[in-house]
Amino acid sequence: MSDVQTEIDLQTCPRIAKLFKLQWEEVQNSWVLLYPEGMVKLNASAGEIMTRIDGVTSVIELVRALELKFNTTGLHADVLDFLTIAQRRGWIKL
Amino acid sequence: MSVNAVDTVSLVGPPLWLLAEVTYRCPLHCVFCYNPVDFAQSGPELSTEDWLRVLREARAAGSVQCGFSGGEPLVREDLEILVAEAHRLGFYTNLLTSGVGLTEARATALKLAGLDHVQLSFQDSTKELNDFLSHTKTFDLKRRTADIIKANGWPMVLNCVIHRLNIDYIEQIIDLAVELGAEYLELANSQYYSWAEINRDNLLPSREQIERAERLTNAYRELLGDKLRIIFVVPDYYETRPKKCMNGWGNVFLTVTPDGSALPCHTAKMLKGIEFPNVRDMNISDIWYRSTAFNYFRGDSWMKDPCRTCADKEKDRGGCRCQAYMLTGDAANADPVCDKSPMHERVTQAVDYAQIPDAQRDIVKPLVFRDPKASRLAKV
Repeated sequence: MSDVQTEIDLQTCPRIAKLFKLQWEEVQNSWVLLYPEGMVKLNASAGEIMTRIDGVTSVIELVRALELKFNTTGLHADVLDFLTIAQRRGWIKL
Repeated sequence: MSVNAVDTVSLVGPPLWLLAEVTYRCPLHCVFCYNPVDFAQSGPELSTEDWLRVLREARAAGSVQCGFSGGEPLVREDLEILVAEAHRLGFYTNLLTSGVGLTEARATALKLAGLDHVQLSFQDSTKELNDFLSHTKTFDLKRRTADIIKANGWPMVLNCVIHRLNIDYIEQIIDLAVELGAEYLELANSQYYSWAEINRDNLLPSREQIERAERLTNAYRELLGDKLRIIFVVPDYYETRPKKCMNGWGNVFLTVTPDGSALPCHTAKMLKGIEFPNVRDMNISDIWYRSTAFNYFRGDSWMKDPCRTCADKEKDRGGCRCQAYMLTGDAANADPVCDKSPMHERVTQAVDYAQIPDAQRDIVKPLVFRDPKASRLAKV
């Protein structure tokens, strides 16, 4: 995903777009995004990011929370890449 | 059956899409309706309790999308109760409606019940087909319905079935969508099942008509950009490879008809020789994973040549079982839309006939409108 160019402000607080509903699906053992007559099945890392998007958590706080949870550093680029794609597909608003 | 019940459970994914056809009753008379031609001969409608149980069972089996359809689903007075339960269970709830009956009061109740999305169809339904676009009464209804949909914060998704008799008005249809403030417009060419099959010669557009409509649609797309997303669906008959119908038999879709029949697609009931289970007798999980009907065209052991040995057999799964049945008499044959089908000419003959201008046709068949009286007399 490293070729994705991004200009996302780290202080911005993304929210899930109005038409989309994020929920855990036991049967599929994954987080899914539901929208009119459709569904996106999220992989584990996409699920970790999407579940932290609530309209009040900033991008930088989101990165820190994930780094803390997975006891690592340098998740910046990956998170920003995902947010860029999610925005392009209309899943989130920045 | 090539797969036994135990294997099937582990191989087959959940019925992600539940289409709840809550009633065949409808105030409209669309000539392309996909409801069975003999709909008026079906058994009594499921009760509210039955539907609530179907919703719970489907959700437990992993369904996530629920479409409330019909007929006109708003005819059911318990629609709000069903939507509320579907919402509570975690479904994404979609209403597929003509807008007839969507009063402000009902829209508010449906919003409160948690309805996520409304797909509004143009009701190309009046017996005055040619002026349906300019018909003031029809337009007023659409305007009012569009305003109600917007006022409730639902996205404005319009669906218009396209056919020989309205395809030349594609510009007016798109203009109307813009005027109503639609965000999405589906221009779905009629597919030829049920009532549309009876009316096929009257409804299948010529190649020239389709090319013109596509050209104009593309011009509008450039002009309108993101303001209105337009989806244009070409009729199967003009393709040379079949569609992966329903994304595969018993793969994603589960339709429950007003009288409780469970089907892998909304027209599958026409397939004589397959006994479809009823939700009154069997729970959704058993229907989906274990019933003979839902396993009938899973896997590929049912396939014949040319599908059996075709490199694309997983890509299109041999096309549509109903189309194969209607046009070749055997649902296990290749969908004759495919030019590898030895019976492809059954499709090209219809396409050839569609190129003949109406005025030059020898036999003029009257349009058959979807109608309970005609339906009661239908022999299927």
